[in-house]
Amino acid sequence: MGCRRLQGDRRETRLRLNELKAHELLPLIRRHEVTVEEAVTETLDRIAALDGTIQAYITVAREHALQRAKEADARLAKGEPPRPLEGLSIAIKDNICTKGIRTTGASRYLEDFIPPYDATVIERLEDAGAIVVGKTNMDEFAMGSSTENSAMFSTRNPWNLNRVPGGSSGGSAACVIANEAVFALGSDTGGSIRQPASFCGIVGLKPSYGLVSRYGLIGYASSMDQIGPMTRDVRDCALILNVIAGNDPRDSQSYPGELPDYAGCLVPEISGLTIGVPKEFLEEGLSGPVRDAFMKALDRLEELGARVVEVSLPHVRHALAAYYVISSAEAGSNLARLDGVRYGYRAPGQEDSASMMAASRGEGLGPEVKRRIVLGTYVLSAENREKYFNEALRVRSLISRDFQEVFKTCDCLVGPTSPTVAFEAGEKTRDPLEMYLSDVYTVPPNLAGIPGISVPCGFDEEGMPVGLQIMGKQYDEATLLRIAYAFEQATDFHRRRPEVPQKTYQSESAGGERSV
Amino acid sequence: MRITKEDVGRISILARLKLSEDDQSLFAEQLSGILQVIDSLDEVDTGDMNRMISPAGLTNVFREDVVLPSIDPEEALKNAPDKEGAFFKVPRILEAD
Repeated sequence: MGCRRLQGDRRETRLRLNELKAHELLPLIRRHEVTVEEAVTETLDRIAALDGTIQAYITVAREHALQRAKEADARLAKGEPPRPLEGLSIAIKDNICTKGIRTTGASRYLEDFIPPYDATVIERLEDAGAIVVGKTNMDEFAMGSSTENSAMFSTRNPWNLNRVPGGSSGGSAACVIANEAVFALGSDTGGSIRQPASFCGIVGLKPSYGLVSRYGLIGYASSMDQIGPMTRDVRDCALILNVIAGNDPRDSQSYPGELPDYAGCLVPEISGLTIGVPKEFLEEGLSGPVRDAFMKALDRLEELGARVVEVSLPHVRHALAAYYVISSAEAGSNLARLDGVRYGYRAPGQEDSASMMAASRGEGLGPEVKRRIVLGTYVLSAENREKYFNEALRVRSLISRDFQEVFKTCDCLVGPTSPTVAFEAGEKTRDPLEMYLSDVYTVPPNLAGIPGISVPCGFDEEGMPVGLQIMGKQYDEATLLRIAYAFEQATDFHRRRPEVPQKTYQSESAGGERSV
Repeated sequence: MRITKEDVGRISILARLKLSEDDQSLFAEQLSGILQVIDSLDEVDTGDMNRMISPAGLTNVFREDVVLPSIDPEEALKNAPDKEGAFFKVPRILEAD
């Protein structure tokens, strides 16, 4: 199991299919050297062998995936042309609706929810030939930075099982570095793609606000939410973005403009570009090992011919405060849909509808979600709205203007993705504020609506990965990806993989969906 | 700004969120800490800045008034905790006389 000799390879390399990146596996499928069923089975076997240890998946859709794989092979056998992502196994964060596959948001409230429709991103990926293998663990309704707020279980960091994978897209990040999927989708409201990508040593892109449709995403803070790719390298990231980006009338904030071929923009050439380093990102709170790795990354960018300059975003130190006001206010409003009426949990034995709603929410939701609903309702209440919510929206304008100013002279900005490497499980669960600080560098791009990507840029002494965050101009993912690609090609951090001890999970029934 | 246990109790009624006494005390303490950080917004001179509702900068989008396929009622009711016929069923809404 797991090995395959490729015909025509003179070096007789024995290759593990599940280690291949999307752009390496695609040609093998296109040339009929590997069937889709073989490729998907490899991933499913890897999940069966490893996920008892990593716990990245809430639901494994084994039967669904094998069925789709057989259909794909039948199409190819008939001579139909291979589609852009033909046969690639994808893991989907469990807040993105998949028709017929349970979607929980990692909440007890939606424990048995089976969506009657697909999110736009799922339609697009499946039309492109990709195959959903499962739904990944996350902080409940994407509120958290360690995946410990999942109501199901915690996910472990494949580099060190005692550490968190980051969050909220922690399951997606962990399964990609552990080869339990070829790539994954995450969602990012304040860092939930980039911070776990950094903690797990993969590439994670939060696209510009409006670039990728959120239709079918369980909304958290709708003025900041974005869905994005989580991949093993930048080329894969561009391939996936090509498929999921683009206008969708079902998302009212969707960007209507023309988009480039992102994979076609990947040239490892950045000489002459100006890269800004916001000095506010290097102040107190930044850990030594992350600072060291970041400084070396700056040297590397200069060696590649970029001009690195210090810049200032004077209002960015208020970003976290503005973010928690705005995101909690929007979350409180969004989650009003959880009313015990149309889907989800309903508390038994309630006499009238008002008590039924309050009890269903009280019993079905976890502490972090409740805390943010209370905070959101507080900052929107008549006596506090001006002081907190409206003021936060004005500060948001200032932060956005700061970015616009520096982008007059810079092609992109760089900084660390998170102030520390992945922390110990349980280390920050008792103090919500401590946990929030993990997102201090990732929140500003969400407020401003600009894209940000995390790429691996080093390891600390204990072997934990460090991420470099590159931030670009709104809708200019092409330049962002080009800089990320040039940096990646000049380094080898993205080639390292963790050694994970294997422990098989107990599946409910042979070949069945995994239960929690 | 401090937030009291009574504040949390009052807000939880507005938010239709039943909280235990313990949770109300815990949230009051934790949210007071968070509000201390949020209060730093007071230091910012926001002058005549606009309130930024969305970064998209988009204008309203109109669509043609045409009927498109949507989820059929049976499918839409599949996840309902309780239903009757083609309807969602809930406990009584009006006060009993």
